[in-house]
This record gives sequence, structure tokens and C-alpha cells, in this order.
Amino acid sequence: MDVLTLSRLQFAITSMFHFIFVPLTLGLVILVAFMETQYVRTHNEKYLRMTRFWGKLFLINFALGIVTGITLEFQFGMNWSEYSKYVGDIFGAPLAIEATAAFFLESTFIGLWIFGWNRISPRLHAICIWVVAVATNLSALWILLANGWMQHPVGYVLQNGRAEMVDFMAMVTNPYGLFKFGHTVLSGYVVAAFFVMGIASWHLLRRSNTDLFKTSFKYAAIFGLVAAFGLALIGDFSAVEVATAQPSKFAAMESIWNTQTEADYNLFVIPDTTAKTNSVETAGLPDFLSFLATGDFEGQVTGLNDIPANEQPPVWATFVSFRLMVALGILFAVLTVIATVKSVRNRLVNSRKFLWIMLYALPLPYIATQLGWVVAEVGRQPWIVYGVLKTANAGSPAVSLAQVTSSLIAFTVVYGLLAVVDVYLLFKVARRGPDGDLDHIVKTPTTLQGA
Amino acid sequence: MNFQATWFVLWSVLWAVYFTLDGFDLGAGMLQRFVSRGEEDRRTVVNTVGPVWNGNEVWLLTAGGATFAAFPLVYASMFSFLYSALLILLFALIFRGVSFEFRGKRESQTWRNGWDWALMLGSFLPALLFGVAFGNIFEGLAFDANGWQGSLLGLLNPYGLLTGVLFVLLFIEHGALWLAFKTSGGVAERSARIAGGAWYALLAVAVAFLVYTNFATHLYDNYTNQPLWVIAPAIAVAALLGVKLLGRARRYLWAFYSSCLTIMAVVFTGVIGLYPNLIPSSLDPAANLTAYNASSSDYTLRIMTVVALVFVPIVILYQLWVYRIFRTEIKSDDAVYEDDSYSVPRKAA
Ligand code: HDD
Ligand code: HEM
Ligand code: HEM
Repeated sequence: MDVLTLSRLQFAITSMFHFIFVPLTLGLVILVAFMETQYVRTHNEKYLRMTRFWGKLFLINFALGIVTGITLEFQFGMNWSEYSKYVGDIFGAPLAIEATAAFFLESTFIGLWIFGWNRISPRLHAICIWVVAVATNLSALWILLANGWMQHPVGYVLQNGRAEMVDFMAMVTNPYGLFKFGHTVLSGYVVAAFFVMGIASWHLLRRSNTDLFKTSFKYAAIFGLVAAFGLALIGDFSAVEVATAQPSKFAAMESIWNTQTEADYNLFVIPDTTAKTNSVETAGLPDFLSFLATGDFEGQVTGLNDIPANEQPPVWATFVSFRLMVALGILFAVLTVIATVKSVRNRLVNSRKFLWIMLYALPLPYIATQLGWVVAEVGRQPWIVYGVLKTANAGSPAVSLAQVTSSLIAFTVVYGLLAVVDVYLLFKVARRGPDGDLDHIVKTPTTLQGA
Repeated sequence: MNFQATWFVLWSVLWAVYFTLDGFDLGAGMLQRFVSRGEEDRRTVVNTVGPVWNGNEVWLLTAGGATFAAFPLVYASMFSFLYSALLILLFALIFRGVSFEFRGKRESQTWRNGWDWALMLGSFLPALLFGVAFGNIFEGLAFDANGWQGSLLGLLNPYGLLTGVLFVLLFIEHGALWLAFKTSGGVAERSARIAGGAWYALLAVAVAFLVYTNFATHLYDNYTNQPLWVIAPAIAVAALLGVKLLGRARRYLWAFYSSCLTIMAVVFTGVIGLYPNLIPSSLDPAANLTAYNASSSDYTLRIMTVVALVFVPIVILYQLWVYRIFRTEIKSDDAVYEDDSYSVPRKAA
């Protein structure tokens, strides 16, 4: 394998690993913020125990999100120096803004939240976690605008041997980036909702801390319900955006070989990439694909056979990932409806089968988010910046095969190790539950400083 | 001043602030095992930097991101030329970062020892590697119009290593002073003693560095042309003497401030010598990456200037506010009944 292939593998591994932690952070911080707000409003200790229990899990996850993010920030320069030179003029800006406008807020206020229990008023303490919530979501906005620009470059001209920014606002209002932001952030909320419901189910099945976990479950169910429906909706908008901006990706997502109007949406499809057609194609919803792609039942959908061979993405990976993601999305919508109904009607504890289902559903949204990135990134190939720069021309000439080989091995080993420790700690804390945490609450005289 | 020069200054400020802030956490991390007698002390040291280390590290991300946005060519070259060094730096920062969160999560001395080692190495290696990297940049990297011609071992040359040792000692001194005023009892005493002793080593290495710089680099050319700039190294030397005098008077907080000033002035001594280069070439001066030939377009620089002028002051304000909240001495009491990095919550009244 060559430097480029290994660099791609390394980018895929490190970014997908980062994105194991990111979605939970994005969503769980909001749930924890709600819990703490409830505590400040009601002074009911149950909410404090909830805040601290879920907060502890949040922090274990957050730590890994932070350290794996640094890798990505460096990696553009390390492995993709030609890319960085060619598009840095426009692509560097959102990355720098993300650090100045979001990471500072996030890191400073999370420090205050973790260590500030005794130093600031409960109210200010709750505000801190809200600031963190806003900041993490802001960081997602900027990084996804950056990624959105790679998917659908706008606001630039090619001059002086590179892409130069001419319209900052065009990048900031790039619909591709904004839909991506909405879709990705909501996917994080779904991950967090299923995470909380899954762990709460485990405790409810054991009848430990029933009251606390019933409330946690209810919060998560409602949050997840709103997010799951919003997610599917924005996912649909994104698909229209993809069909317009990246016809080659859309064709691969749906495995469409021939350009057609009034295209049907086939529920069962098996692509045949050698014959460049589908070997199975049944259960069609008439004209529905045209509608999905263009918003018009008679719209035209481009097929892969009309796209030059050297600009076609891998079909199987894109297609299968997309189908699975959508199927999971529908499943999540169904599950969150049931979860909301059951928890609002207070029927959870006796629905043991459902609790088991929710426990085992915990990993599914994680899988869906990874699949989503495969659709977005593999489907964009062979371009690194769609229509502007090919991945093959974006690597670092200064980096040797030995260097990438060793870094790839090192990342795999170190990340594997971190994953083991992380899962172990999450399990440990999740199983122990909230008991004992407040045994030593306030033995010291409290001082109110700086608040 | 044009945008290129403005960004050269901003770029320098970001690195200077980063080293000043993360410098003391790296120093405290290196010293944690040496100033502690037992778990309570170790926890105390961790708690002095716990609330702020992440906010400090973001200055590095900002320096990196700003390099990308304002000087893409520098970002691309610096990071790919120094690939292996950066990789080690990354792993060190990764282990340091998780050690803060993970060390308290299990009641086991072996577990905690393991993470304390991660903290120590994860603090030592970045200090050393940043020094080596900047030493090499001061000397010039081995590249020309055809790209990178150097080798990993070439980076470990005597001047690079000397700069590495300089950074390690600067941060040890800085971290020791931080602990001396932030803690009490044994930890504070031992830290003060280390600060007193390490200062002599730091002085010796700093003098060696200033002399060697004359032979290994072209940094002094700018000073010969514009003698007024000598103010930067002069401040560095004066502040370093201040560290000793204030430390001897047991005014550790002020000694720490003086140490902040030393680090800032050292960084500026280097970059003033570099200007207008960001990364000089050791092979062919025509290949030098400068603020003028490696920058983004004026349009991008203008946008980024606005971003920096709006956000950086706000960041400084709220970071100062957080430092104020945690300004009181950290006692080991703050840690005794913790099984994790939380401190104990107060009941809502
Ligand atoms: C949709 C959201 C999203 C996506 C696509 C990415 N990130 Fe991320 N990132 C976050 C959302 C996020 C976050 C939720 O805001 C994190 C997770 C934990 C945290 O502290 O912030 C974070 C942390 C984080 C950090 C550490 C910040 C700190 O020290 O506080 C860095 C440097 C990056 N990211 C950089 C990147 C880069 C260069 C990416 C692309 C290649 C990337 N992230 C993809
Ligand atoms: C965190 C969520 C993300 C995940 C899980 C992810 C996943 C992936 C995957 C799987 C690839 C490999 C595609 C292939 O080689 O066929 C890839 C490529 C790439 N992605 Fe993403 N991506 C994420 C976010 C981003 C963002 C936000 C950016 C830019 C800001 C980005 C920039 C790139 C680049 C530069 C490549 C090129 C390397 C390559 O093509 O292999 N990615 N990503
Ligand atoms: C319910 C139906 C869904 C539809 C119609 C849908 C649609 C899409 C589309 C079209 C893309 C590609 C965008 C691009 O190429 O740039 C995408 C990406 C993605 N999807 Fe989905 N999706 C759905 C469900 C889900 C679910 C359930 C999750 C996870 C919980 C998820 C997570 C993601 C992620 C993380 C990405 C990558 C980021 C992005 O490109 O926005 N999606 N989705």
C-alpha cells in the first residue's frame, strides 16, 4: 500500500473514532443541562443525583472526544499538506473560528463545571453547563461548515494556484453545510437519547433507583422523539441537497445506473457493479425517487452510467450504508414514539420486554452515525473537494511510507487501548448507579467566591 | 501595518500565550510525582490545574488553526515536515488529557500510578518536542524548491536539543512556582525548593542558548539591523532575574508572574529574530516561507483579523474570570473524599 492509501485509512480510522464520542457529547450535555436546571428550580435532590450520575458518564466520554479531536486538527497538515496548501485560504478559516469561538468556551466552562460545585452558586453552575452545551453545538456548526464546503464548495475562485476565498458569507450560509449541521447534531441527540434510555432500562429491569431512572428515561424519550423526527426530516432535505450538488453520490446512494425521469423508489435493490445495473429491483413506489431527489414526481435523476468512470464513487459501500442508515432512522422514530408513550403513561417498569429492547438498542444510533459518515465521505470520492480537487492529489509528499505505516499502527494500538479503558469505565460507572455519590455532601463550610 | 505583518504578530502572540499558559500545567505535570508524598498530595497537584488545563491547551489548537487559516503553506509544511515529532507530541497530549479524567475513576493505587506516569511523560514530551521544533525552525528546516530533504534524526541536532532542554526547564520553573503559590504545606515547600534549584540550571541553559543562537541561526541579524528590538531579550533576562529575587523573598505569586513574562519574552526574542520568516530554509534562502509568500489572500486575512479582534479579548476576559474563581489556594481538603475529579456539590439553598 502507498502513502496515500494509508493516509486515507488513517484519516478514516481517526475521524470515525472521534465520532464515536462526539455525538454523545452533543446530546448528553443538553440532557444533563435540563436535569441540573430542574434541580435549581425545584431543589429536589433527585435531580442533583441525576445530574451527577449522567454528568459523570458525560465527562468520561468528553475526555476522549477532546483528545481524539486534537489529532484531526493536526492531521490536515501532517497527512494532507497538498490539500491544506490548495484550500487553506478558505478551509482554514472555519477551523480557526471553531477554536476561537467554540473550543475556548467549551473547555473553560467545563473546567468550571467540574471543579466549581463548591465555588459558584448552583444557579451559575447550571448556567455553566448550558454554556458548554451551546459551545459544543457551535463547534459542530463550524466544523460542519468546513466539511460542507468540501462537499459543495462555494464562495471561492481558483487563482494563484489555489482556491481563494472571495465570499465568506457564502461559506457560512452554504445550505449543504447547514443541513449537514442540522442532521449531524440531531443524530447526536438521538445517540444520547438511546444511551440514556438504554442504561436507564438496565436499572429499571433491576428495580434499582426506579424513580430516578424513570425520570431520566422520560426526559430522554421525549428528547429522542423530537430529535428522531427532525433527523429524518433534515436527512430528507440533505438528500435533495446531495442530488443537486453531488449527482454522483446520489446515484451511488440509490444505486441508479441510468438517467431517468419519473424514477421509482425500489425497496429491494441489489446492485451489480460489473454489469453496471441492478440485478434485483422490486417493490417500487412509483415516481417516488424523483420526488426524493428533486421534490417533483417527474424530476430527472442522473444515473452512474452518465458520470465519467473516473468520477464514480464506490457504489456498494455508499449504497448499503445509506439504506441501513435510513432503515435505522425509521426504527428510531418508532422506538421513540413507544418509549414516550410508555414513559408518559408510567408503564415502563412493567414493560420488561420493551426495556430489554431499549437496552440492546443502545449501540444502534452509534452504528447509524458511522454509516452516515461513510455515505457522506466515501460517496464523495474520488474527490476530496467535490469537483475541485481529487483525493489522489491531496496527500503529503514529504511523508514517507515508513512514517505513515508506523503512525497508522500507533493510532490503531493507542486508540484500541483507549477504547477498552473507556468502555470499562463507562460500564463501571453506569452499573454502579447513582448510589453513594452524595454521602459526603457538604461537610466543608461553603464559600461563595467570584459568583 | 499590512495584514501579513499583523498576522505575523498575532501568530506570535498565540504561541506566546500558549506557552505561558500550558507551560505551567506541563511543568506541574512533570513535577507531580516529585513534589508529592502520597495520594492526597498528588490529587492536590492535579486539582490545581484540573479546571484550567483544557482551556490552556485550546491556545495550541487556536495557534494551529490560525496558522492554517492565515499561513496555509506554513501549516502544511511545518506539520508534514515534522510528522514524526508531531505524532509523538499528539500521543503525549492524548495521554496527558485522559489522565486527568481517568486517574480518579478507580480505587487502585496501581491504576493511579499508571495515570500519574502518563501525566508525567505526557507533560515532559510536549515541553521537549516543542523546544526541539522551535529550535529547528530558528535554525531553518532542510527543504528547498523540491520539498523536504531532511530526516527525523536531523531534527535531533545539538541546537534543537538545547532549545528542547531550555523549554523543559522554563516549564519546570514555571510549574514549580505555580504549585508554590497554589498549594500549601509539603507540596508548596517542595515546589519552592525545586523552583529555587532549577533556576540555576535554567540560567545556565539560557546563557548557552543565547550564545549558541549566534552560531546556529540568523536570528541576530534582525537585532543588528534594528538594535531597539534588543528590548525583548533584555526583558527575558530581567524577568528571569526577577523570578529568582521574588522567589527568594517567598513572593511566589509574583515570581510566577515574572516567569510568565520570561516565557513571553523568550518566544518574542525568537520570532523577532525570525521576521519576516515563519520557517526559514537551511538549504536555500529563496525557499524561505515568509509572512508574505506563505500567507492567505488579503480577503481571508481581513476576515480572520476581525474574528481575532472580536473573540480573543472575550476569551481572555472569561478565562481571567475563571482563574479568579479558582484563585484561592488549593488545599488537599479539596480532594480528600473524592473518588473522581468532581469536588463536592453544595446543596441549593
Ligand atoms: C458534529 C460534530 C463534530 C465533528 C464532525 C467533528 N468534531 Fe471535533 N469535536 C466536537 C464536534 C465535532 C465536539 C462535540 O465539540 C467535541 C467533542 C468533545 C469536545 O470537547 O468537543 C470536539 C472536540 C474536538 C477537539 C478538541 C477540543 C478541545 O480540546 O476542547 C478538536 C481539536 C476537534 N474536535 C477537531 C475536529 C476536527 C479537525 C474535525 C474534522 C476533521 C472534527 N473535530 C470533527
Ligand atoms: C467526525 C466525523 C467524520 C467521519 C466519521 C468521517 C469519515 C471519513 C471517512 C470514512 C473517510 C474515508 C473515505 C475514503 O477514503 O473513501 C473520510 C475522508 C475524509 N474526510 Fe471525513 N469524516 C468526518 C468528518 C470530516 C470533517 C468534519 C472533515 C473536514 C472538516 C472531513 C474531511 C475529510 C478528509 C480531508 C478526507 C480525505 C481523506 C480520504 O479521502 O480518505 N471529514 N472521512
Ligand atoms: C431517517 C432517514 C435518514 C435520511 C433520509 C438521512 C439522510 C442522509 C443523507 C442524504 C446524508 C448524506 C449527506 C452528505 O452526503 O453530505 C446523511 C449523512 C449522515 N447521516 Fe443520515 N439520514 C437518515 C437517518 C440518520 C440516522 C438515524 C442517523 C444517526 C443516528 C444519521 C446520521 C448521519 C450522519 C452522522 C451523517 C454524516 C454527516 C452528514 O453528511 O450530514 N442519519 N444522512
